[in-house]
Amino acid sequence: MTEATLASAPPADSLFRRNLRDFRSNRLAMASVIVVLIFVIMAVAAPLIAPQDPNETDLFRRLQPPAWIEGGEWAFVLGCDGLGRDIFSRIIYGARISIFIGVAVIVLATGVGILAGLAAGYFRGWVDVVIGRIVDILLGFPYLIFAIGLMAMMGPGLFNIVLALAYKEWVIPCRVVRGETLAVRELEYVEAARALGAGSRHIMWREILPNILSPVIVVSTIRMANVIILEASLSFLGLGVQPPTASWGSMVSDGRAFILEAWWVSTFPGVAILLLVLAINVASQGLRDAFDPRFSE
Amino acid sequence: MTLLLEVTNLCTEFNTRAGLVRAVDGVSLRVSRGECLGVVGESGSGKSVTFASVMGLVRSPGRITHGMIFFDGRELRDMSPDEMRATRGRDIAMTMQDALTALNPALTVGEQLSEVLIAHDETLPAGRAARRVAIRDKCVEMLGLVGIPSPQSRLAQYPHEFSGGMRQRIMIAIALACRPKLLIADEPTTALDVTIQAQVLELISDIRARLGMAVVLITHDLGVVAEHCDRVMVMYAGQVVEEGPTEQVITQPRHPYTRGLLASIPRPAMRGQPLTPINGQVPDLVGLPPQCRFQSRCPMARPECLVEVPMFDAGPDRRARCLRLEDMP
Repeated sequence: MTEATLASAPPADSLFRRNLRDFRSNRLAMASVIVVLIFVIMAVAAPLIAPQDPNETDLFRRLQPPAWIEGGEWAFVLGCDGLGRDIFSRIIYGARISIFIGVAVIVLATGVGILAGLAAGYFRGWVDVVIGRIVDILLGFPYLIFAIGLMAMMGPGLFNIVLALAYKEWVIPCRVVRGETLAVRELEYVEAARALGAGSRHIMWREILPNILSPVIVVSTIRMANVIILEASLSFLGLGVQPPTASWGSMVSDGRAFILEAWWVSTFPGVAILLLVLAINVASQGLRDAFDPRFSE
Repeated sequence: MTLLLEVTNLCTEFNTRAGLVRAVDGVSLRVSRGECLGVVGESGSGKSVTFASVMGLVRSPGRITHGMIFFDGRELRDMSPDEMRATRGRDIAMTMQDALTALNPALTVGEQLSEVLIAHDETLPAGRAARRVAIRDKCVEMLGLVGIPSPQSRLAQYPHEFSGGMRQRIMIAIALACRPKLLIADEPTTALDVTIQAQVLELISDIRARLGMAVVLITHDLGVVAEHCDRVMVMYAGQVVEEGPTEQVITQPRHPYTRGLLASIPRPAMRGQPLTPINGQVPDLVGLPPQCRFQSRCPMARPECLVEVPMFDAGPDRRARCLRLEDMP
């Protein structure tokens, strides 16, 4: 073969691209991705999509039923809550809170977890012992009770919720990263990098991290669903985002008082939580199947 | 020829659960500029640990207890970790035993090559764009040097897209990227099939001649040594047992272990005859008594061999660790 024909051969697919193709061929996972995307679009473009102002109260529409039930109107598709606010619009705005908190907590927790896990797995010794003990202590607390305690200390607020959840959430990526680092640091190419004069920082960031990223990404997406549920739980308990800001958890809680006569007030935000969490879970399963070599055939 | 690497009385110990293991016990060696030294010995004879010690890559629970390592006029053991790191890869480079796992699977070959250059090459131009072009040109040049066809397009590929022999070549290219004065090739051919082995060794010899660098070839194949090395050093149980010019050591071994090794190589002339293995096992390195380490397996052993045996001169530029070297046929 001449040089020209060799050079013109199509480049072989990278592992990442092949994994991505695996993922795309998984229909259920792709459907879930679309559901998640719809929620994301709802959150981003909320002012454009929402038919009503989510915080405008109208006592004449108090507990107005959804459009298809007698007494409802199509401008207020899913009905109104106890203060006459449009539930559909509030769900759209609520998606902002859920998704923002989900993403912020996971980004923060994964960042901290990667730093701590890499340090523990790479340096071993006392660094590993200290980080390992902190992880053990945090794992000993029930998650929700820990978050409730922190919220009680810091006071409510969007930023505080993110902190309260990330405080414990980083433990999970940290353990994954530490375990993978322990395995990868002994591999020949890490030793080879050392023999070529690479420093610790280079070895951690360039040799180890790129090779352990797949499981970390998978774990983080699975955990994101969990974080969204936790945020809803905090808001349900009145420790989350403060009224009148719409949050799915607080909307479910608002409807508790009228659950028998006006079921729609609690039900629809609950369905929104269910849909988003389910979609994220299924999508992350697909992600795991595609990116974790142990699951690919 | 001037001296490049001089190791004197190097000892490296591992504190294991079974006890203290002296994996390298008083090894002394010299490598001149441009020379190729073959290091032969069976698994566990300390040849890899010796050169890991030279590179400063012995990790806990191992440590160098004493000895001197002079490289290019400087004592490597006195260097700070930063100086040592700068020396590795720039002045001394090492290729690992297993080419299939010694490349980072997550980075392209081009990235891995350029990283060594970025870390060590001070001749790169300062400007960002000029620098990138210079690095790319150098990467292409290095891949070309080790005989990879159309290096331009292969830079963007990942290690798994290359065959074993290609990967070994790439490892050599990475090791040679900064034109080191010494290349330590730790069993460069064990993971490869025979035809590729020959190519890779040919390549190392060829580049050595062109760049004038010294090579230490760690292997357990005396045939490889015979073909490629100027001098050879035979190790047994952590000690050097014989060293000298390859030609002389192979035709006239002065240590029974070397003789045993040579006798156990199959040869066309001996077709039909059984091979002569060396009987017995390598002694356990924990708690060795101060006596000749080979005597338990030695066909020439005598009661007086149960003492510590030093290296004796065995002719010009030759030494062997045997009390009976004069009796050798």
